[in-house]
Amino acid sequence: MSSDTATMPAMAKSERTSLALNRTPMWRQRKKLANYLALLPYIAFALFPFYIMVITSLKSNQEINNLSKSPFWATGITTDHYVYLAQNTGFFDHWLLNTVIVATVSTVISVSVGTLGAYALARLRFRGVEMFGVAVFITYLVPQSLLFIPLINVVNAVDSVVPIRDTYWSLILTYPTFLIPFVMWLLMGYFRTIPVEVEECAYLDGCSRLSALFRVVLPMAMPGIICAVLFSYTLSWNEFLYSLVFIQDQAAKTLSVGVFTELIRGDIYYWGSLMAACFTGAIPIVVLYSFFMDYYVSGLTSGAIK
Amino acid sequence: MAAIELRDLWKRYDRVEAVQGINLDIRHNEFIALVGPSGCGKTTTLRMIAGLEDITAGEIRVGDRVVNEVPPKDRDIAMVFQNYALYPHMTVYDNMAFGLKLRKTSKAEIDRRVRDAADILNIGELLDRRPKQLSGGQRQRVAMGRAIVRNPQVFLFDEPLSNLDAKLRVQMRTEIKKIHRRVRTTVVYVTHDQIEAMTLADRIVVMNFGLIEQVGTPDEMYNAPKTRFVASFIGSPSMNFLPCRVVSGGNGSLALRLTDKLSLAVPPERAARYRSHLDREMVFGIRPEHISDRRPNAGSGFEEFEAGMEVVEPMGIDTMVFFSIDGIEICARARPRAVGPVGEAMPFTVDMNEMHLIDPANDRVV
Ligand SMILES: Nc1ncnc2c1ncn2[C@@H]1O[C@H](COP(=O)(O)OP(=O)(O)O)[C@@H](O)[C@H]1O
Ligand SMILES: [Mg+2]
Repeated sequence: MSSDTATMPAMAKSERTSLALNRTPMWRQRKKLANYLALLPYIAFALFPFYIMVITSLKSNQEINNLSKSPFWATGITTDHYVYLAQNTGFFDHWLLNTVIVATVSTVISVSVGTLGAYALARLRFRGVEMFGVAVFITYLVPQSLLFIPLINVVNAVDSVVPIRDTYWSLILTYPTFLIPFVMWLLMGYFRTIPVEVEECAYLDGCSRLSALFRVVLPMAMPGIICAVLFSYTLSWNEFLYSLVFIQDQAAKTLSVGVFTELIRGDIYYWGSLMAACFTGAIPIVVLYSFFMDYYVSGLTSGAIK
Repeated sequence: MAAIELRDLWKRYDRVEAVQGINLDIRHNEFIALVGPSGCGKTTTLRMIAGLEDITAGEIRVGDRVVNEVPPKDRDIAMVFQNYALYPHMTVYDNMAFGLKLRKTSKAEIDRRVRDAADILNIGELLDRRPKQLSGGQRQRVAMGRAIVRNPQVFLFDEPLSNLDAKLRVQMRTEIKKIHRRVRTTVVYVTHDQIEAMTLADRIVVMNFGLIEQVGTPDEMYNAPKTRFVASFIGSPSMNFLPCRVVSGGNGSLALRLTDKLSLAVPPERAARYRSHLDREMVFGIRPEHISDRRPNAGSGFEEFEAGMEVVEPMGIDTMVFFSIDGIEICARARPRAVGPVGEAMPFTVDMNEMHLIDPANDRVV
C-alpha cells in the first residue's frame, strides 16, 4: 500500500510526458502496412475462383461462349442463369432442401454420438480404452471410395425393411459412418485439454457423471463442439460419392450431385447455371462460418485453472 | 463437521504403491495437515477421502458411516484444488452457487449464503466476474468461497497456496487460519511446505513413501520427532546430523564423542534413556537454533566448543553460521553482533537439553 502511494507522483509525471508521444511510431505503422501487403497475394489467390464463379454466373451465354472477350469481367449483367436454376431444375425446391436436411440431421446425429463417444474415450478408464481410440482413428483413415461398396449392401439390407434407397435417408444413415469417427477424433483431443479437476469439483459439488458432463464439461468444450458442427456440416454439404451412388431419383438428389448430373450433359457444360449453382450452394456455408467464427475464437476455456 | 477415520488404507496404481496401509483418526473440527515430500501419497490420500480415487484396501469413515462405496456427490465434502478448478463459463456468483443449486436450495437461501461467504473472503465486488478476469489470489478466494457456501462436513485442501507468490502465500495462510476459526469444520490440508503445516494445523501428519511417519501437534513434531525423517523435515533450516559414539563420561554420566578432540556431555536426566546405546555408533541431531554464540552463565546442559566459520548468512534478527566438523557441514544460529569475520574461529554453545539421539540402524529417535 505505502509503496503505491509513494510512486504516485512519479507515475503522474511520466504519464504527462508520454501523452505527447502517444502516437504509434512510424516504424510500427510501416510494419503493419507490410504485413497487410504480404497477405494480399494470398487473399487474391484464395478468392480468385470465387470471383470467376460469381462473374461467370452473371454473364449471358453469348458472352461466356465468345472467346474474344475477357473471362475476367462482364460487360452486361443478367440473372438468366439463376432463373433457369429455379424454373428448369430441382435446384431450390429439391437439391438445396435435401442438402440442408441431410447435412443438418447427420450433423446432429454425428455430433451427439461423437461427443459422448469422445468423452468416454478421453475420460473413462476401462480395459482396452486405448485400443478403441486407435480403432476410431483407423476408421477415420479408411477411404470413402472403398467403404461405399460394402455400404451399398448395408443400404440394400436396410431397404428391405424400411424403404430408404433413393431417398435422402440413405445418406443420413451413411454419412455418420465417416462423420462420427471424425468428430470423436477431434473432440477426444479437446476433452483432454479440459482440466480433470474442474470435473471432479463438479462431482464434489453434487453432480453425477452425466450432469457434470452437461453442466460443466460440455459448456467448457463449446469451442470444440462448434468446430465439430462446422466441419461435419461442411463435409455433409460437400459430400459427393455416397450421394452419387445411393440416389438416382432427380428429386432426391443433393446439391453436389444434382448440379453435376443435371447441368453437365455429356460434354455440354451449362457454365452459367453451373456457376450460379455453385455460388448459391456456397453461400450457406460461408454464412455459417462467419456467424460462428467469433464464438469459435472467443476462447471460453481460458482462466479455468491457475 | 465430522470425524474421519482411515483404517489400513491402501492405494495401488498399476505399478506404484502410492499409499501403503495408513491409519489415522481425525477429530471433529480438527485442522489436520498432511505433509511430506513430493510423491509420498498425500494427494492420493486426500482424493480417496473425497471419493475421487478408488480404495484398493482398507476403510474410510466420515462421521459414523463407511464411505468406501459412497460416490463423491453424496459424501458432503468440499475440496480446494491446487489449480483452483473454477468453472470458467460461470460467474463468481454462479461458481459459488452451483453446489447449492444442485442441492435444490431456495434462491433466497443461496443468495444469503453466497453473500455471507463473499463477505468473509472479501470478494463481494467480484461476484459478477468470470474466473479469467481474476488474479491468482482472487481465484484462490473464490475456490474457498465455493467450498464455504456449501457448509460441508469436511474441507479438503490440496496444496492450495503453491501457485501464489511468496508474499500472497503468507497472507492467504493467515486468512485460512482466520476462516477456520469462523467456519468451524474438519479440515484436511495437504502441503509439502512444513511451515504451512506448522502454522495452520492442530495436528500434523508427516508422510513418507506412502506411510505415516508420525502424527502430532506442531509442538510435538518440532520438539519430539520420532524418526530422523521427521526431525529433518520439520524445522527450517533443517536439523544438523552428526555421527557420534556414546561413551562413558565417568561418575555414571554419558558423553557423545563427535571427533577425537570434541566430546559433548549428555545432560544427566537423559543418561538413563541413552545408556543402552553405550559404546555404539549413533547419530547426534541438533537444530541450528540450539547451537549459538557463547552465552555467559548459560545454565546446565550447555556445552561449549570452538569452530572456524566458513559461511555467514545474515538474516536480520539472527545470523546463520556454517562450519564443519569432520567434513560434515553444521549450521548454527547466532546473534548478529557475536559473529566475527568469516574464517575466524568462533566459540559456540550447544544446548544439549534439545539434543536428539538417533539409532542409525532404524533411523528412529531414541
Ligand atoms: N493416476 C496415477 N496413476 C499412477 N500413479 C500415480 C497416479 N497418481 C499418483 N501416482 C503415483 O503415486 C505416488 C503418490 O502420488 P501423490 O499422492 O500425488 O503424491 P503427493 O501428492 O504426495 O506428491 C507417486 O509416486 C505418483 O507417481
Ligand atoms: Mg500432490
